[in-house]
Amino acid sequence: MTDLIHVEDLRFVNKKDSFNFFNKTKQFELGPINIDLKAGETLAIIGANGSGKSLLAKLLVGLEKPDSGQIYLHGEALTKSNQRQRCLNIRMIFQNSNESLNPGITLGSILDEPLRLNTTMSMLERAAKIEQTLVKVGLMPEHQFFYRHMLSDGQRQRVALARALILNPQVLVADEPFAALDPSVRSQIVNLLMNIQRELGLGFIFISHNLGIVRHISDKIIVMRHGKVIEAGRTEVIFNWPKEEYTKKLVHAHQALINRQNT
Amino acid sequence: MSRSELYQEEFHPSPLQHTWLEFKENHIAVGGLCCFIFILTIVLFCNILAPFDPLLQKTDAILIPPAWEPNGSIVNVFGTDALGRDLLSRVMYGCQMTFGISIILVLVAMLVGVSVGAVAGMSRGVRSSVVNHTLDSMMAIPTLLIAIIIIAILGTGLVNSMWAITLALTPQFIHQTRDFVRQERKKEYVRAAKLDGAPPTQIFIRSILPNMGEVLVVQGTLALSIAILDISALGFLNLGAQAPTAELGAMLSEGIEVAYMAPWSIALPGAAIFLMMLSINLVGDGLRSALRNRLLH
Repeated sequence: MTDLIHVEDLRFVNKKDSFNFFNKTKQFELGPINIDLKAGETLAIIGANGSGKSLLAKLLVGLEKPDSGQIYLHGEALTKSNQRQRCLNIRMIFQNSNESLNPGITLGSILDEPLRLNTTMSMLERAAKIEQTLVKVGLMPEHQFFYRHMLSDGQRQRVALARALILNPQVLVADEPFAALDPSVRSQIVNLLMNIQRELGLGFIFISHNLGIVRHISDKIIVMRHGKVIEAGRTEVIFNWPKEEYTKKLVHAHQALINRQNT
Repeated sequence: MSRSELYQEEFHPSPLQHTWLEFKENHIAVGGLCCFIFILTIVLFCNILAPFDPLLQKTDAILIPPAWEPNGSIVNVFGTDALGRDLLSRVMYGCQMTFGISIILVLVAMLVGVSVGAVAGMSRGVRSSVVNHTLDSMMAIPTLLIAIIIIAILGTGLVNSMWAITLALTPQFIHQTRDFVRQERKKEYVRAAKLDGAPPTQIFIRSILPNMGEVLVVQGTLALSIAILDISALGFLNLGAQAPTAELGAMLSEGIEVAYMAPWSIALPGAAIFLMMLSINLVGDGLRSALRNRLLH
């Protein structure tokens, strides 16, 4: 079985400040990064702030262009010529679902946009699909007439999820999807994601600081620091036998927290 | 119990209805709107409503005071001017001239300005910054001055002054649109639209434009007030509409000569300009807060 998504030697150098004399910030280099993910698997990316996790997510969905390296979907390289395929198959959930929804239009039109641009569905089919997707993520069909400001944070997260799912993608990339949620809503969303993943056989790549969730739902983990992958492997292996010093610290901190909660 | 009673609100208002529901709450703005509609009716139907031809001179009825004065007559409700023309008809036609032309000018300036601003905002690099900085330097000069300069080149006349004012108003729309587009482009919802595969024109029309209402209303109100004042000012200085034409500014400058004998001949056109400005600003202010509140509660 070939990998669903295969990333080979992905590199990116941030050269934004190259002509600024006064503010000589150090160049940020990301990579090389290698990822293999099979259908139905979950990959977690962990690491400190500024370690390039979000940048990696942006590279995967195509918001930034890598300097070298290739991303293969089903063994097929993603280039500029099959941009549409990327739009259809790799979808992103943004860090801040509040910002990622357009305040000026209804949720129905927000969900309609990807369908209108990427499929040949008629208006009625699209409306049916929107209702269906809203119900799937645990909202009501009436929510399509609502605006962003009328929803709670958890509901917004659900809409962001609906937006990602509406095109029946194969890979879902999520940048800290659970960060801004309270524990009960967070577990609701986690369960929702796991159910949907089981149903559709999605590959799911997500970034998180919450090691509890990472341990709970991910099959594989990569640990990033200063733009480099310092450790990668299966979840049980990393949590039980961490090799790098940094990973050990992370895991110990997590374990200490659990032990304190238990006593 | 029927299903419709299950939820108290089964009614999903459209964006326009939302705005109206918020606008209704502001009573002063609604007053302004009534005033605005009143002026608009006069502008549209003054051919039917005006009692006399505005250019008809009656030599036997010069400087008749308004009807509320002891020696006024009900035939000429607002009285007549120094050439015996009915002032009510002239104010009505003057409103049509000043107000109607201003609305058209602002619409044209808005259309051109928003399109150019959108192109400037969505593009990057030298082209964008050339457009921006050239127009920024133009914005430092007052519009009336730009209009006078343009008229000095093109010559006086109503059509020339219309061109001049449109050209003077457009940079502000370009600037506002460009700034707004720049600012919104960094936001995540635009990136999300980009990930949906939307080309730049689609991103602007479908994602950014629905959020631009407030900016456009503020700038449009401002531009409309400026256009009315500039057209009247140019008429007053004899650079715009020429003498026999019924235009509020030109009427003011004609009335100045007989101001001591017939104060109503400048008071009434002045009051008309005042009423226009007041209603425009009230409506604009109410509309702006309605558009903002629509997205808050």
